Amino acid sequence: MATLTITHLSTGYHHREVLHRVSLEVRAGEVVVLVGPNGAGKSTLIRAASGVVPATSGSVRFDGVDLLRLSPIERARQVAVVPQAVNLPEAFTVSEIVLMGRTPYLGWLGRESEADREAALAAMERTCTTELAPRRIGELSGGEQQRVLVARALAQSAPVLLMDEPTAHLDLKHQVVILSLVRDLAHKEGLTVLAALHDLNLAAQFADRAALLVNGELRALGAPADVFTPAHLAPAYGLPVNVIPHPTHGTPLILPDGVERKDISGIRGT
Amino acid sequence: MSISRSPAPSPVRAAREQEQGTSVRLSPLAASTDDDLFRPHRRAGVLLAVCLFTLLLSTLLAVVIGSVRIPPLAVGRLLLARPLGLSVADLPDTFATILFEIRLPRVALMAFTGAALAAAGATYQGLFRNPLADPYLVGVASGAGLGATFVIAFGLSATPFGLMAVPLGAFLGGVLTVALVVMMARVGRSTPVTTMLLAGVAVGAFASAITTFWMLRSPEGVSRAFRWLLGGYAGGGWASVWIVLPYLILGLIGVQINARALNVLQLGEEQARQLGIHVDRLKLVLVAAATLMTASAVAFGGLIGFVGLVAPHVLRMIGGPDYRQLIPLSAVGGAAFLIFADLVARTVFAPQELPVGVITALIGAPFFVVLLRRLKRSVF
Repeated sequence: MATLTITHLSTGYHHREVLHRVSLEVRAGEVVVLVGPNGAGKSTLIRAASGVVPATSGSVRFDGVDLLRLSPIERARQVAVVPQAVNLPEAFTVSEIVLMGRTPYLGWLGRESEADREAALAAMERTCTTELAPRRIGELSGGEQQRVLVARALAQSAPVLLMDEPTAHLDLKHQVVILSLVRDLAHKEGLTVLAALHDLNLAAQFADRAALLVNGELRALGAPADVFTPAHLAPAYGLPVNVIPHPTHGTPLILPDGVERKDISGIRGT
Repeated sequence: MSISRSPAPSPVRAAREQEQGTSVRLSPLAASTDDDLFRPHRRAGVLLAVCLFTLLLSTLLAVVIGSVRIPPLAVGRLLLARPLGLSVADLPDTFATILFEIRLPRVALMAFTGAALAAAGATYQGLFRNPLADPYLVGVASGAGLGATFVIAFGLSATPFGLMAVPLGAFLGGVLTVALVVMMARVGRSTPVTTMLLAGVAVGAFASAITTFWMLRSPEGVSRAFRWLLGGYAGGGWASVWIVLPYLILGLIGVQINARALNVLQLGEEQARQLGIHVDRLKLVLVAAATLMTASAVAFGGLIGFVGLVAPHVLRMIGGPDYRQLIPLSAVGGAAFLIFADLVARTVFAPQELPVGVITALIGAPFFVVLLRRLKRSVF
């Protein structure tokens, strides 16, 4: 089985290193969720792995191929990214946005073929967005927009799916819809999924494995039950936490304790 | 959540149509076959036909109307006389001269200038993902103006290769401006759009100031350059038309073959890159192409505002945001609009001519506002 292998990856912005030699593996058919406090480097890791932030060292390989050395087109055939649904070009229709996922397969004249339209249509069916196809993306709710972005990523027909906080602006139901959809795609279609999430409880419920990132370093990696423990989370987030089993799933439920006012200034990271 | 792709209207769609009444029927997508899902801007074909018809009509009006009126029939006969070998001996000799030596080259120049400004405007709006962007806001037009003024004021335009030097000077001026703007706006590895537009405004104002200063300092160049600056017709006849045409064509091709990439760029540079677009290369090609078009417009058309801003927006409101359609639509629409504006400019107070820029703003602004009010949704 093909594997996404991140090895000693370091990167940063303006001479400030944000990510320090992070190593991580995601197997095909598996959902690995990146968690960690704000500013820990979750988004940076996703952006570096998708080639939009240059790595200062390390490699990102899939099936043995170093993704960071590929051209943008070749990389886009291997890795699709689901960003947060913000600042979308409102006047484009859903079908146009999904068809943009076919960009890495078009010739230099940029004409979409029947095969491209079929791929887009299939992607819309898998995300239940066919009904939305003729509508302008700006008219849709946040949850619908996010599903459209998943459809666009699926239209890209890439074996690796990276997600950057795909549930950040969604309500409870749509968070669960998106994550169930993605977990299904991984388990049933063999997609390799690496998703940055800030919600620990959602992460614990949907991750096959979780990676805890703090200060740009990997602090814990493993099954949710092993990563989401007070011993890992309390120092990472700088506050006492309780972890109890989820009443129906048995997955960890993370409940933060309160913080004394005098301690607030001592909490790092914003 | 159910998905329905049956050819018959789904219950959900039917319910939505009932709820939204006419707005759905107005939408270009009423049926629900697979084909329709991917052709949401079907009106673009109709719109292009309308634009072409308007272009033809404004051209006809512009060659007919003037101090000497040439009847449409006479225009038709004169145009066909040479290829068909018809006799036009019964028409006054002046008709042929006025038509072929004065009006047609002027119409052609206005058409090319309007097409260039509108297509360049559409390109800049897409490139900067900012509805305010046009050749002037970005500073390119002012820079091109300075380049052209330099050539005209130094009398280079009077040398044998003179006329060719004008658009070349305008292009170099435009390129230098863009380079300066990008350099000023660069933060580390990226060039934030807002900073770039602000830098464009500043550099543009600076270039305009130098242009004005220069013209006031060189009396012999003043009248020529001033007439040009006001958007007046430089009077190069067919020569200036043929000289600017390659710039326009090269620029249009450059943008059109990248029009789909420009669509993808509307998602933002980062997402465009993740979708396989070579963003830096794309931006370079688009800037070069738009600058070529701006230079071709400014070289003999002078500084004509508003066309580059309004024409693309009006067509975007009606035809949708797809740049593959918007670029050719803007070119044709901009051409028709400027021919018409020029016709008005030279006839309302004849024999005195108004600067064509006055007319583009007088007609364009109210029209634009009416459209904005009627379509209260984002079109960008």
